[in-house]
Amino acid sequence: MLKIKNLHAGIEGQQILKGINLEVKAGEIHAIMGPNGSGKSTLASVLAGREEYEVTEGEVEFLGKNILDMAPEDRAREGLFLAFQYPVEIPGVSSNNFLKTAVNQVRTYRGLEPLDAVHFLKLMKEKMAMVEIEQKLINRSLNEGFSGGEKKKNEIFQMAILEPKLSILDETDSGLDIDALRVVANGVNKLKSEDNATIVVTHYQRLLDYIVPNFVHVLYNGRIVKSGDKSLAFELEEKGYDWIKEEVDSVA
Amino acid sequence: MGKDDQILEELTSSDYKYGFETLIENDSAPKGLNEDIVRFISAKKNEPEWLLEWRLKAYRHWLTLEEPKWPNVKYPKIDFQDIIFYSAPKPNKELQSLDEVDPELLETFKKLGISLEEQKRLSGVAVDAVIDSVSVKTTFKETLGELGIIFCSLSEAVHEHPELIKKYLGSVVPMTDNYYAALNSAVFSDGSFCYIPKGSRCPMELSTYFRINASGTGQFERTLIVADEDAYVSYLEGCTAPQRDENQLHAAVVEIYAETNAEVKYSTVQNWYPGNKEGVGGIYNFVTKRGLCKGNNSKISWTQVETGSAITWKYPSCILKGDNSVGEFYSVAVTNNYQQADTGSKMIHLGKNTKSTIISKGISAGKSQNSYRGLVKVHKNATNARNFSQCDSLLMGNKCGAHTFPYIEINNSTAKVEHEATTSKIGEDQIFYCNQRGIDTENAIALIVNGFAKKVLNKLPMEFAVEAQKLLALTLEESVG
Ligand SMILES: Nc1ncnc2c1ncn2[C@@H]1O[C@H](COP(=O)(O)OP(=O)(O)OP(=O)(O)O)[C@@H](O)[C@H]1O
Ligand SMILES: [Mg+2]
Repeated sequence: MLKIKNLHAGIEGQQILKGINLEVKAGEIHAIMGPNGSGKSTLASVLAGREEYEVTEGEVEFLGKNILDMAPEDRAREGLFLAFQYPVEIPGVSSNNFLKTAVNQVRTYRGLEPLDAVHFLKLMKEKMAMVEIEQKLINRSLNEGFSGGEKKKNEIFQMAILEPKLSILDETDSGLDIDALRVVANGVNKLKSEDNATIVVTHYQRLLDYIVPNFVHVLYNGRIVKSGDKSLAFELEEKGYDWIKEEVDSVA
Repeated sequence: MGKDDQILEELTSSDYKYGFETLIENDSAPKGLNEDIVRFISAKKNEPEWLLEWRLKAYRHWLTLEEPKWPNVKYPKIDFQDIIFYSAPKPNKELQSLDEVDPELLETFKKLGISLEEQKRLSGVAVDAVIDSVSVKTTFKETLGELGIIFCSLSEAVHEHPELIKKYLGSVVPMTDNYYAALNSAVFSDGSFCYIPKGSRCPMELSTYFRINASGTGQFERTLIVADEDAYVSYLEGCTAPQRDENQLHAAVVEIYAETNAEVKYSTVQNWYPGNKEGVGGIYNFVTKRGLCKGNNSKISWTQVETGSAITWKYPSCILKGDNSVGEFYSVAVTNNYQQADTGSKMIHLGKNTKSTIISKGISAGKSQNSYRGLVKVHKNATNARNFSQCDSLLMGNKCGAHTFPYIEINNSTAKVEHEATTSKIGEDQIFYCNQRGIDTENAIALIVNGFAKKVLNKLPMEFAVEAQKLLALTLEESVG
């Protein structure tokens, strides 16, 4: 589904990603962990097509297509979804209006009829129940004045509505209370299928109790320096990153 | 009339006879402005003597005035001798149905999304279309007639309801009010008149579409709306103009008069040619709009969506004379490329317990300049006056400007006046967020801008709100990149 080869990217001449290699297949869940500032969000942004980052080398193939030259909205329409680490607020725009625009632009891209108000409302209700989000949150302006946790929940709600092929969750667990964490994880699990894949960026092993990954990768200094299975997350939880940093730095 | 005026009149009127008679055969006035032109306009419209005198008085007063310099806009000096002050379309006969309207004209309306047929069929809106200064068609007149509501062109009203026109014309915006109001009073071409009698609620949104047509023709519309005791009316004004190169002056006057317990809602969508991307051409829009809440408990609200014109200079105002009267101003002003807008409102509190609200949303893109200018004035007798003003600016890019000039004059210690102002930028972050959900940049901007302007758009009548939303998006297309 997603093939990243030797990806280098940076901003204003500063290299942040220094050769990322990663393959994600349909039906898989990958966890990416790593110290602050190692480049996790940058990787997510580059995949989503944020223009301020410059890709200097490498390839990214998504569902058989090279996406590096694609506009961010087209990547989204192809089925790539990013749950932002810091979702933005859009005052005066209702979730309803925002998501209807999104859903129908995606549908049009895929050659489908736009959803009418009735069918859209049905979709909203169904997904609201699925991710346990309150109507009153949806009625408000998009993310405006939402608490940190509410914003994260809303990201998952949007993911449920858009039914992406590949979801990248950038620290969606940060700032969630225990119950919300369970709700969000449940949502992600309900949306999981053999046809889609998920990349979860997280600092905490705890999330991986709920969303069980097939692979865990450690991103450090712009590279994936270690990959393993779920047990790697436990090891990191226990020992921190120093041992990995030492390993990497001694080789270099 | 002052002595100077008298002398001036004698001098000029001796001149005029000769010039005037050769003039009257033309359909259009020659370029320029003098008393002959004023007489020409008045004669063309078969006006009674008193109105000609009124126009001449205004003209003479105008001569004594200076063009205002205080608005935060820049433009080359206007040459009033290079403007045609009157032109009439060729066939002048009364039209009974839309079939008789010039098909080309109907075509233009369609392109602008303002099909008269559709308006008529779908929304039950009575439309009084003013094309090049002469009314082409008034619809729904009969329905309104049954309720005693008068809705017609101002020139028609001059003949058919002279007592009302005499009483109310210039009662809210005196001919001497300001430079452009005086000019308008002297040369106004036509416009709409609306009278809602006592106790009557106008059952439909009254609507006028203005369009500037013949090249080089100045437009001087004049609208007069009178709501008698316990009356209600919602009035819509909208306009669009085809592209052209030279600047065109537009100096309209709108007067609203509200008697006891009357309510008037006046909504505008203004979309005149703003000039091209380099700032060449476009309409100069210098408008005087004022409402008088004459009676107790009366209410006037102005709602405007301003996207067009090269220069806009416009301050819809309310004079809150009656006790408990209410004035409202809701505005979205968008400027792009080289557009300049200096707009806002004045709320003059004279009566007791008077209340006013000002919500102004300015959106600037390109290299444009967008200024809010507002005055809240509380007279010493206006006990318990209340005002709330909110002025928000949204910037797109780094080359545009937003300015706020709030003036407050309070002469009564019981007054409560609140002012809030914010400035924000459309963030790359917001646009990227929308992009990531599959929404392209154009639609993202439309969403963000409409969200920003929501409080104002919500005040528009439904069908207008939809139009206005499209217009906002259209105006800002390609302005972030
Ligand atoms: N827009 C930017 N401008 C300048 N530097 C940036 C920008 N974006 C990222 N960086 C830098 O790139 C490095 C990687 O940042 P990134 O946000 O990808 O880290 P992260 O792994 O997501 O960290 P965290 O765990 O704290 O979220 C950091 O040093 C950061 O300061
Ligand atoms: Mg991050």
